[in-house]
Amino acid sequence: MNRHHWIEYQKAVAPDHYFFGRSCIRQTFFTGSETAFIDIVEKELGLDICDDARQHTCTGIGYHSDIIPFLTTSTVIARLFALMTEKGYKNYVPSCITTFGLMSEILETWEHFPETLAQTREALYKATKREFEVPENISHPCDIIYKYRNELKQKMKYQLVDKNTGEPLKVVDHIGCHYAKIFPTKGIGGAEFPEVLSGMVESWGGSIVDYAERRQCCGFGFRNYLVQADRGYSVSNTYKKLESMAPYEPDLIVCNCPGCTMFIDKWQYTIAEMEGKTFDKYGYGIPVLTYEELAGLLLGYDPWKLGFQIHQVQIEPLLDKIGIKYNPEEKFASASGKQLIPPEKPVNLKV
Amino acid sequence: MEKFDIIIIGGGPAGLNAAMRLSNMNYKTLVLEKEKVIGGKLNQWDKLFPDFTPAIDVLKYLTENIKQENTQISTSTSVTKIDKSDNLWKVTDSNNNEYLADAVLITTGFDVFDARRKEEYGYGIYPCVITSVDLEKMLETGTINFPIETSDRRRRIAFIQCVGSRDEKSGNHFCSRNCCICAVKQAIEVKEVVPDSDVYCFYMDLRMFGQHYEELYRRSQQEFNVNFVRGRVSEIAPTFDNRVVLKAEDTLLSRPVKMTFDLVVLMVGMNPSEGTKTLSSLLDINDEYGYVVSQDEHVADNLTNKAGVFVAGTCKRQLTVPETMKDADSAAIEIANFLNRR
Repeated sequence: MNRHHWIEYQKAVAPDHYFFGRSCIRQTFFTGSETAFIDIVEKELGLDICDDARQHTCTGIGYHSDIIPFLTTSTVIARLFALMTEKGYKNYVPSCITTFGLMSEILETWEHFPETLAQTREALYKATKREFEVPENISHPCDIIYKYRNELKQKMKYQLVDKNTGEPLKVVDHIGCHYAKIFPTKGIGGAEFPEVLSGMVESWGGSIVDYAERRQCCGFGFRNYLVQADRGYSVSNTYKKLESMAPYEPDLIVCNCPGCTMFIDKWQYTIAEMEGKTFDKYGYGIPVLTYEELAGLLLGYDPWKLGFQIHQVQIEPLLDKIGIKYNPEEKFASASGKQLIPPEKPVNLKV
Repeated sequence: MEKFDIIIIGGGPAGLNAAMRLSNMNYKTLVLEKEKVIGGKLNQWDKLFPDFTPAIDVLKYLTENIKQENTQISTSTSVTKIDKSDNLWKVTDSNNNEYLADAVLITTGFDVFDARRKEEYGYGIYPCVITSVDLEKMLETGTINFPIETSDRRRRIAFIQCVGSRDEKSGNHFCSRNCCICAVKQAIEVKEVVPDSDVYCFYMDLRMFGQHYEELYRRSQQEFNVNFVRGRVSEIAPTFDNRVVLKAEDTLLSRPVKMTFDLVVLMVGMNPSEGTKTLSSLLDINDEYGYVVSQDEHVADNLTNKAGVFVAGTCKRQLTVPETMKDADSAAIEIANFLNRR
């Protein structure tokens, strides 16, 4: 693959000292991802990351649904920057792609319209008596994992290889729109052929599936999901993607956006219930992972601590394919070891 | 330091035509060409629109009619420095040779747009996606090389217009003027080589401004059954069998189209060549794209605001081959007048 031109879209990723911003969706649906990221940064890479308990929403979903105006959003984000400044950090690492896109948009706006920066400073000061510095660097966690992908590979216990055939696993990468489609130069590899996830996958032994609807929206599309009457568009979008990738028989899907991970995962259940259709050979669906979950699995982290129980498409067939050891007894055990009641099983999607 | 009446920078059709005219008027002329051979883009094209004249015939005419005793041609030579010295222009080339001349003619031409910059079309990634220049090379050999072999279905070929022209994303707002009619010409040639094929041309609007262009466009539809679809292509992606699927909107039918093709030809536009950008910047006569700016587009289009520096051809804007030749003719007249006044 000749990436002569896309390679030019290389962004600067801060090497250390990150101020971490958590994601509303990810903490709810991919509960182990952010903890895994902090563990990878601190324990595997030995870098410094601050997880501040005072942090809050970025208003992204409200902003993109047109219910929160720009100045409000920029002031709320300015408060996040103020928390970062107070802690003495300069590199903001937002876990959510929408936060990442929104921060990129706000910084770009402040650059071109400095009066909006002055208005934001004034609004923040009036409301909270806080002041802030504009971050020197905004990197998404996937940028950091990408930057250190080869270092992590050295520490990995497993590779993206089928243990029975020795063949690389076929991986679909899906990039969130707000990562590179708004500002292509802010994403590694640009908008059309982003390198960030495919670079990780190829480095960790897998092969990337290049299929016709690779750049099709995941189906979330904010309005398509948030307006209930439009949800048919959302499902049909995801259906189109899954149908296009299915002939390649992918082993897994990896995403860097919370919305994409959630919708590609959960709509597989919806489509199976609506039409009795699944997109893999055996009726289990195609597992959808965040990049931290994928890195965590290969590093040998416990799949149940990574939160795979909460995924709609279950992970066991993939674990067996790679040869990752896990204890089925612990799948629905609480932190104290008590067995919780397993969730109800879907009708058509096998678990 | 050798002294010439005129130094022509660029040995493509404009430079060679001007050299032909001026050498026949007995002016001592030097042509500096950065490539190993003269001819410029005439070497990359098999046949020229709208009458399918072989490009080699044009080149042959020019080289045969240059008056040899008045002309020196230096190939593999680019210009690194140009400045005025005692009412003469001093030109330094990449071999550190220095020449003096009363006048300099810039004919450094264009480069085709690098299609890899339009990431969404996948040039350089999918073997089925080629450029109009690649196709021209195939047409020269009389065969079309489809990356995927097949015997049981009709071939489908798409032409995509305005790749790197009239395009905000690539920063080129201008129309390249050659691509519309060139696609019509190439579509006909493809149908001649592969009659059992379906050819589609995706366009924004077809600009058939030249003589016989409209006639050729009509002929391509009536005699060769070329299909024209009004709509800009949004993206190209691979199919399971290694062909490509193209997504566009048919704006006449107001509906999206998604079609699979064996070959997609990107009609790449014209950008100022590296030589054009370097020289226009050295002489401070560049526009926002790097083209050379003439003194007055209406009445002094071969002059620049530097006395003794003239300009012709596609280094100042997008021109067809006949327009380039006529522009070089008029530049030769301007230069002759300038030299006569000295």
